[in-house]
Amino acid sequence: MITFDNVNKYYGNYHALNGISEHVSKGEVLVVCGPSGSGKSTLIRTINRLEPIASGHITVAGQDIHAPGLDVNDFRSHIGFVFQQFNLFPHLSVLANCALAPQRLRGLSKHEAEERAMALLERVGLAHKAQAMPAALSGGQQQRVAIARALAMQPPLMLFDEPTSALDPEMVGEVLQVMRDLAHGGMTMVCVTHEMGFAREVADRVWFMNHGQVLERGSPEAFFGSPQHPRAQQFLSDIRKSY
Amino acid sequence: MLELIQDYWLYFLVGRYPEGPLGGLALTVLLAGLALLLSLPLGLLLGLARISPWRALRWPVTALIHVVRGIPLLLVIFWAYFFLPNLTGHESGQFTTMLVALVIFDGIYLAEIVRAGVQAVPKGQLEAARSLGLPYLSAMRTVILPQALRHMLPSLVNQFVSTIKETSLGYIIGLAEVSFVASQINGLVLTKPVQVYFLLGMTYFILCFSLSRAAFWLERRQARVLKAAA
Repeated sequence: MITFDNVNKYYGNYHALNGISEHVSKGEVLVVCGPSGSGKSTLIRTINRLEPIASGHITVAGQDIHAPGLDVNDFRSHIGFVFQQFNLFPHLSVLANCALAPQRLRGLSKHEAEERAMALLERVGLAHKAQAMPAALSGGQQQRVAIARALAMQPPLMLFDEPTSALDPEMVGEVLQVMRDLAHGGMTMVCVTHEMGFAREVADRVWFMNHGQVLERGSPEAFFGSPQHPRAQQFLSDIRKSY
Repeated sequence: MLELIQDYWLYFLVGRYPEGPLGGLALTVLLAGLALLLSLPLGLLLGLARISPWRALRWPVTALIHVVRGIPLLLVIFWAYFFLPNLTGHESGQFTTMLVALVIFDGIYLAEIVRAGVQAVPKGQLEAARSLGLPYLSAMRTVILPQALRHMLPSLVNQFVSTIKETSLGYIIGLAEVSFVASQINGLVLTKPVQVYFLLGMTYFILCFSLSRAAFWLERRQARVLKAAA
């Protein structure tokens, strides 16, 4: 589904992504973790071209995403992206947030788009909030709407960039539950997250990143049970202390 | 003062109309209204060009904004007055001259307000819109500008109030707007300059103050709509 081939990116002199060559399979749930500044957010943002890269190749569903002549808007519309800060459109109702893109980009009528949006809001348990404005919702609710908004484009691939990091602890569970359901439904997912419980239970594989490199990759059991790299061992012991 | 109002109120309101051309307060309101109406779309276009990702658009507009901002309105009016006929090949009336000058001058200022408004919208909004697959201009129109306009409202009102008062500079090219008419009245009456210019001041104040209040009301209504729990 996604292939990274020797991908490099710099912020000034800082080597943000350092020769990444990895592969994500269709239907796979991948969790990317690592200390802050390790490049995991940058990496996930390169997949839908929110971040340009300096060199290398990224292929999504067989398509080189930097090929000249690629319709970047159409390409992006087939990838769902969920942000840490939700980024709901504050001037539109919950329903309109979810119906906007399908109506504009998929040629759905207003009615069809709203029907699809309602079905998805139902799925994330927020059908009763359809007419509310985003500011009237809790963080957890907003993030569930953001997931529904992304799903409304029926993407075969979903990217999550720290989806629970901006939430109060009691709201993390509801968002992870939606993600869990999605994973069990066979969605291909890349999740940058520190939710180790989620990673253990749902992920097929875990990548550990540091200084723009993937230092370790493996099953959650292997990664959490016996991390190989000293930096990974230290990272896991650090986050366990805080829980 | 009552006598003054009694004698000259019609002249003050509409100038020599209907025998002569429209003037007075009616002309001021018409000029200001048209200037607002035309400078807003111009300001939007210039503002968007100023922050456009395309350099060929951004650079010339940025230069134009710096040039016009660096000269007084009075000079823009003179330019419109003396250059416009050269450019179009025929004499334009004082009203058109003044309107063109105001639209250009205010369009430039509005462009900077638009830029600030758009840049005040969090970066994540454009990223979210683009991630859904919306093209840049479509994302601007449906997601960014509606939010930016709300940030811009106080500055817009400020600029609009300014525009109303700027119409008084039409005086300099003999446009019979309300300040011109007031000074004519003053010339006719001769003995009551304080009263005449007091009434003129009150007139501008009422125009501008009611615009501010209307904007304030709009702002509060917007804030309520955004928090609606449905």
